[in-house]
Amino acid sequence: MRWLAEVHVRLRPGIADPEGQTIAGGLRSLGFDSVGEVRAGKLLRLSFEAADREAAEGAVSSMCRQLLANPVMETADWELRADEEPPDEEEA
Amino acid sequence: MSRGPRIAVAVFPGTWSERDFAHVGALLGWEVRLVWHTETDLGSADAVVLPGGFAHGDHLRTGAIARFSPVMRAVTEFAAEGGPVLGSCNGFQILCEAGILPGVLLRNDHLAFRCDWQALRVESAAGTWLEELAAGDVLRLPISHGQGRYYADAATLDELERSGRVVMRYADEAGRVSDEANPNGSLRSIAGIVNERGNVLGMMPHPERASEAEVGGTDGLRLFRSLERWLTAQPAVAERGL
Repeated sequence: MRWLAEVHVRLRPGIADPEGQTIAGGLRSLGFDSVGEVRAGKLLRLSFEAADREAAEGAVSSMCRQLLANPVMETADWELRADEEPPDEEEA
Repeated sequence: MSRGPRIAVAVFPGTWSERDFAHVGALLGWEVRLVWHTETDLGSADAVVLPGGFAHGDHLRTGAIARFSPVMRAVTEFAAEGGPVLGSCNGFQILCEAGILPGVLLRNDHLAFRCDWQALRVESAAGTWLEELAAGDVLRLPISHGQGRYYADAATLDELERSGRVVMRYADEAGRVSDEANPNGSLRSIAGIVNERGNVLGMMPHPERASEAEVGGTDGLRLFRSLERWLTAQPAVAERGL
């Protein structure tokens, strides 16, 4: 069956994030004075085939380890759900 | 020398500095071969260069996709056997992603792309590419990058320093290292490092763009002369007719 994973790739805590700092500055200049730290990251949405949830979890974990995140500077976590078929024309 | 050194220059989709290396190699009498990233054979190369650019569009992370290009298997083997490898700019990023060198290059702390002449202090003349240099020398080389902020955890940085593998730092023209002279926020102002054996050098600056007086400087030649000197002293390389 098909699965949908939303993978969040984040800079490790403690690593300076100038992009996040710039975004925070922009928000404050708009008047959102209470904005504290902003951390920028990446959201990757993956659709893929796997026999069951365990296999799907294993696949995402392996993808993160091998390519999607660099453990020197990043962490990855994800949400996984069944990728539902798009509704038929008639039903829609 | 009965022939010039054979240099393989890897070319990925998005590489932009390979012709500068080829140009300088021709001036030096080297046999330069451009090796497309899908090739798996470096031929009988005496040294390998990973040039600057934006391999695979820098997508995901700089070097993240290039690392899996077929040519990188050959480069990894070549490096493991002690063959001289230079990664400049994007080449340095690829070497880090491939795990051939430790650490990673992050977006510049000021977020801007920086293209300028930069002074560098040589910290350690360790390795194949630095034999003609001495600790304390000041080099002037171009930098041209948006993601050159060197990062590694404190234990890795300490180990690099302890073993003399931090070979150059960003400095001012007098060789003084300071936050003001650091163009990208690199930790400990690190501009270049070598692997344990010293045969692999990764550096953000571009020696190939400062190897002719006409372009404003020749300090880059000192690295290439170091390579020639090292190669000439290798019996195995001499046997192949250098």
